[in-house]
Amino acid sequence: MRSVSIIGVGCTKFGERWDVSLRDMVSEAGVMAIEDAEITGEDIDALFVGNMSAGRFVEQEHIGALIADFAGLSRLHLPSTRVEAACASGGLALRQAVLAVASGYNDIVIAAGVEKMTDVSSGSAADALAAAADREWECFFGATFPALYAMMAKLHMRRFGTTHDQMAEVAVKNHHHACLNPIAQYHTEITVEDVDRSPVVADPLHVLDCSPISDGAAVVVLAPTEIAKRFCDTPIRIVGSAQASDTLALHDRRDLTTLDATVHAARKAYAQARITPDQVDVAEVHDCFTIAEILAIEDLGFVEKGEGGKAAEEGLTALGGRLPINTSGGLKACGHPVGATGIKQAYEIALQLRGEAGRRQVEDAEIGLAHNVGGSGGTALVHIFSR
Amino acid sequence: MTTHAPRFWRSIPQRYNLKGTHCKRCDEYYFPPRNLCPNCRRGADLEEHTFKGTGTVITCTTIYSATEDFERMTPYHLAIIQLDEGPKVTGQIVSCPDGVKMGMRVRPVFRILGKEGERGIIYYGTKFAPMPKDEEKGPTKDSADCSGIL
Repeated sequence: MRSVSIIGVGCTKFGERWDVSLRDMVSEAGVMAIEDAEITGEDIDALFVGNMSAGRFVEQEHIGALIADFAGLSRLHLPSTRVEAACASGGLALRQAVLAVASGYNDIVIAAGVEKMTDVSSGSAADALAAAADREWECFFGATFPALYAMMAKLHMRRFGTTHDQMAEVAVKNHHHACLNPIAQYHTEITVEDVDRSPVVADPLHVLDCSPISDGAAVVVLAPTEIAKRFCDTPIRIVGSAQASDTLALHDRRDLTTLDATVHAARKAYAQARITPDQVDVAEVHDCFTIAEILAIEDLGFVEKGEGGKAAEEGLTALGGRLPINTSGGLKACGHPVGATGIKQAYEIALQLRGEAGRRQVEDAEIGLAHNVGGSGGTALVHIFSR
Repeated sequence: MTTHAPRFWRSIPQRYNLKGTHCKRCDEYYFPPRNLCPNCRRGADLEEHTFKGTGTVITCTTIYSATEDFERMTPYHLAIIQLDEGPKVTGQIVSCPDGVKMGMRVRPVFRILGKEGERGIIYYGTKFAPMPKDEEKGPTKDSADCSGIL
């Protein structure tokens, strides 16, 4: 297995991008990444693209060929593959690209992620997202994604004394981080009171506990570490890449307050990277809802089980805290174009480890982690990066 | 979302009568039915089992904002219920003017789950309601122990 590095990154502005299409966004991010890596189309061996549901959101499938075509690569006839694992599609595309390079099968590989969600009504978007849960045995009875995470939150509150104010602190922090990130969907500071006053979606989760519906695309370029310096002064090594699965339906899980897929993926990724959780300097975790960030920092081993709410309240996970989490603003405030999210996480960590994260830079960050979840925890991906 | 009739028709035994699976080798119960037991990963020792439908609410929420198909029902209660034979299911809780609480005992009720417009199929199936006071008893020795979960 060869060591793999990121040699170029690109990401569009996230948000309601009514003026651009799926293909516009993916080529915009792609050009940024290719220019960043200083490569040409002829250097590329393969493309992987994470996309959850273009079929539902823009009535377009066959996204692999589409992105190669609109990236201007059609005459090179490159292999281009779309992968899907609901909201973890981006993380999965990154992992497929890592495997292609690590195995020696390919040298220069593109990992892309894209979702265009605002071409349909918010009700249709919610229904498309609900397809990440068990359509027959959850959604059919009226389950929504906020409802599934709300039920995890209720049990976490009962078992560990977590409060809604602690969950709200996650949203407050991630909105603050997003204000420092030019590509973020929201550039507005919020307070715990704002979260409390926003309408309830599924008790105890309010609108401001939820990530938004977003458009966006992100791209990273991978190369074998041994030749990465030819393209880039500060290649970022991918020292751990792991994926795990669990039951599709939340109700079938061993424990409703732990994402076992995260625990298993993290354990494998830490072992590959030969590090422990306390060595991580900066992490992007899957905060589709505020409770999800609390579960994630527990399941990734950053804090003890049940201590996640307290960590948010005490500022441990804010910029300047012991372990800054979601410096991009996270899914909550940077935005969550589902297929793009996993690649955007890698983009943010690469900027942090290169020292190019501007006003949200974590000082001397050397090791970063990205955590991407599909559905309510049926899939999890953990990647670990090193300068 | 519009569904063609076969998709609903083929799950009528499960949705109306809670028919699931029992693995004789592992003595584990599954709902919905499975063709392979996730414990022993074999299919030969599976038999049909009709669940009683009584159980305990493990966790719950009240939904105020739903997908298009359920928007007109809001607000409604959704819960994860541990059936007395062991498996957990997701379902709506109805007829509960005092709200839903974790640990609440529930029984199955036959209800309309949804319909596809004025001319489309009406879906029926199982929802859950609080156990009437005079029948309310804790889980029996045959039923699952939820104390560890709650």
